[in-house]
Amino acid sequence: MPRPGFVLDVDRSTPPILFHHGEGFRLEKLPPGRSRVIYPAEPIEALKNPDGAIRDALVNPIGDSEPLTALLKPGMKLTIAFDDISLPLPPMKRPDIRQRVIEAVLELAAAAGVDDVMLIAALALHRRMTEDELRHAVGDRVYDAFAPQGLLVNHDAEDPDNLLFIGETEKGEEVEINKRAAESDLIIYVNINLVSMDGGWKSTATGLASYRSLRHHHNPQTMRHSKSFMDQHKSELHSANWRMGKVLRDSGVKVFQIETTMNNNVFGTEGPMSVLQKREWEWSLKDRVTVAGMKTALDHMPQRTRRSIFNSWQAPHAMTSVQAGEVEAVHKLTTENVYAQHLVQVEGQTDILTMGLPYISPYNVNSILNPILVACLGLGYFFNLYRGRPPVREGGVVIMSHPTPWEFHPVHHPSYIDFFDQVLTQTHDPVVMSEQFEKSFAEDEWYRHLYRTSYAYHGVHPFYMWYWCSHALEHVGQVIIVGGDVRAVRRLGFKPASTLQDALEMASDVVGRDATITHLHNPPILMADVS
Amino acid sequence: MKALRFERNIPRFAAANIAGRLSSGGGAKVGPLRLRNVDTPRLPGPGWVEILPRLTGICGSDLATIDGNSSRYFEPIVSFPFIPGHEIVADLSETFEGVPAGRVVVEPVLGCVTRAIDPVCVACARGDLGNCERITFGNISAGLQSGFCCDTGGGWSTSMIAHVSQLHAVPADWTDEAAVMVEPTACAVHGALAADVAEGDTVVVLGSGALGLLTIAALRRYGRKCTIIAVAKHPHQQELAREFGADQVISSGHIARPIRRITGSLAIGDGDIVRLTGGADHVIDCVGSESSIAEALTVVRPKGRITMVGMPGHVHLDLTGLWQREITMSGAYAYGTETLPNGERRRTFDLAFELVAAADLGRLVSATYPLDRFEDAITHAANAGGRGAVRIAFDLRNEKERNRA
Repeated sequence: MPRPGFVLDVDRSTPPILFHHGEGFRLEKLPPGRSRVIYPAEPIEALKNPDGAIRDALVNPIGDSEPLTALLKPGMKLTIAFDDISLPLPPMKRPDIRQRVIEAVLELAAAAGVDDVMLIAALALHRRMTEDELRHAVGDRVYDAFAPQGLLVNHDAEDPDNLLFIGETEKGEEVEINKRAAESDLIIYVNINLVSMDGGWKSTATGLASYRSLRHHHNPQTMRHSKSFMDQHKSELHSANWRMGKVLRDSGVKVFQIETTMNNNVFGTEGPMSVLQKREWEWSLKDRVTVAGMKTALDHMPQRTRRSIFNSWQAPHAMTSVQAGEVEAVHKLTTENVYAQHLVQVEGQTDILTMGLPYISPYNVNSILNPILVACLGLGYFFNLYRGRPPVREGGVVIMSHPTPWEFHPVHHPSYIDFFDQVLTQTHDPVVMSEQFEKSFAEDEWYRHLYRTSYAYHGVHPFYMWYWCSHALEHVGQVIIVGGDVRAVRRLGFKPASTLQDALEMASDVVGRDATITHLHNPPILMADVS
Repeated sequence: MKALRFERNIPRFAAANIAGRLSSGGGAKVGPLRLRNVDTPRLPGPGWVEILPRLTGICGSDLATIDGNSSRYFEPIVSFPFIPGHEIVADLSETFEGVPAGRVVVEPVLGCVTRAIDPVCVACARGDLGNCERITFGNISAGLQSGFCCDTGGGWSTSMIAHVSQLHAVPADWTDEAAVMVEPTACAVHGALAADVAEGDTVVVLGSGALGLLTIAALRRYGRKCTIIAVAKHPHQQELAREFGADQVISSGHIARPIRRITGSLAIGDGDIVRLTGGADHVIDCVGSESSIAEALTVVRPKGRITMVGMPGHVHLDLTGLWQREITMSGAYAYGTETLPNGERRRTFDLAFELVAAADLGRLVSATYPLDRFEDAITHAANAGGRGAVRIAFDLRNEKERNRA
């Protein structure tokens, strides 16, 4: 029986706590008597027969939906859209969930005589997936059957010939999605719901959308009114997507939604990485030696080698549920299943929230976690992993640990380089930058060319990363990064600190000397349910 | 009189070259520049008069000479030993041939008139003094300007001689600091107008030392309406560049990225920029180094124009792009007579006087030194940007030798 997540009050006997620190770790002693650590739940039980569960979900849909077998008809146009490289994190061991689901769907489609099938990686404004990445996601069998004929493609949010304007929501939000998908008799969307933000109408209304459509909810105003964007019912991001979903539904776009959840088994139960999902006071002598050895070895490796090692890690996380059918009914159940793994009850807010940021975020798979992504991972994702109230009080301090190298992947993140040099030198205010700079980046022909033909994130994407931080930037009084490149940290508008002790000392200027401290022991992922 | 004299001394040239490579301005300590007591030059003929320098600036070409970096191109058009210093405000003790007694700014080019050549050459007849074809002829030795000619002396001394045609009276209410900025401002005005910027063009000004800043100010005052992008390394330079009229100020370094964005160009390269496909209509290079010229070639558009205002020397460059993109590269040296966008012809120095007053350019003189501290002065000038300075000058006003004279 896996143990649930819990909150540890730090006392004098508490051992140093493991902080992720990019492609490395730090062991930090937290001040006793005023510190606590929020631990994630242990991995919940995986489905014993995932393929059987998928088949069962397809023929026993939930909500107002016929079984998939009844929806598939000869001569129909079918589009299967699936989540892109940003999910799951880290990439999972083969077979990927998407492969299992897509193979099951294709078997039913073939049995029903459906021969007009196209697969689309629903990447919105993310970079295109490479052949290797697509093969990993959908499996070699599916890739070889579809890709050579041009029937397995990356969504292109800048292809004017393959976008269809559907209409506007009652709030004037334009809905424009992939034309092939919109004109299909049925869209089957294959989700991996790593966190509660994923899925629902966000899958189609965001994953298959254009910039024209996305800008209506990927903006500072929306993000400031999403508290948090991990909590659908308090998230303007989700409200906008749901409004768009209604426009899609009312226009006749038919979506059969398949959502899957997965457990927290990120580092496995065996091997050296497994120690990373154990609780420190339960480390055996072997575990302590392993951590010390790993840390020493990593500290002495060149950055490129460290990055290569971590990027090659494929997690053994496994599927815990699959549900299919009508979008909203499916998503309701999915969210409950995500929460079952992630939610941890936390009593009250803290003055200082600490977090150790790992090497990976949704936007740097097989890439570099550049400074903008560091900010987004900490203040966008980790900060928003809450329900109820933020774990840190208004005016409190966030301390993040990450090397924050002044380094960018030029192929994946070309507009990030310019955003860092040309926008963050002018302003850190998400509203100001959206008004003064966003359009010129979004409509930049070179970025557009690289997004469409190479493997670059869309020109506007760094803005979205900064907007993701909007709620946190408005809420907290100070952000400190421990162990980061000083110049890069300052460019972000944050304070650099050499050690956690220095950071706590700096934080005391804002929140006082007896401030309470809460550490998010993430990853594996947890979501604080703050009373 | 006391003077800093530049002597022909091959071992010292070599030492200066090495020292200059190790640290900018290092050539002052070991090179051919020596502090000497020398005689005031004799007057070579009618029209010449003795003047007593008050302030004299230290410019980039002086520094290149001191550090042994200047091109051997200059050897036949200078004469040794010479006393450097061509950005000069000086005292004229008595009214001389229509020039009233008082402070004067020297227009240092030694053209046909100063050399008693009659008739004057085609360029001088045109008013393009900087293009004089007789700078090694006439009744004085070779020398393209005062400060590079063994017969005239130069501004880094307590006394020198000048031809009446070189003298411009300084308004009584001007500071010496403002007056000493007239000559470099004239260079900048000439450079800005030589670029022949069309209305609506985008102009990149490379370098925001004194010459770059003055060029921005000149472009804004006398050029057609255009978008000016200043490339500036140091914060004070960036601030001044904005103040003088730059629309965009970008840091030195990887300038291709911001210029691509500003000009809306595409780029060759998969995220990293190999070169722009388009770029700026004009680049005015106020640095003149190998890397600045290479940058200019990277960011100028096809059929665009590069104007060299900063003094280049020996450089190693790949000019394939210049050929394939049909880029025009031209020089802009000194001054003479300018044609303004409205067709009016004006003396460059007159335009410079106006600009100095309008933009309060005297404030760009950041520090002054006595001749005795020439090594410190040269070091400061060579590292002006990093030390928050713009223009460094020698202050001769309190030199004992000058006041005895």
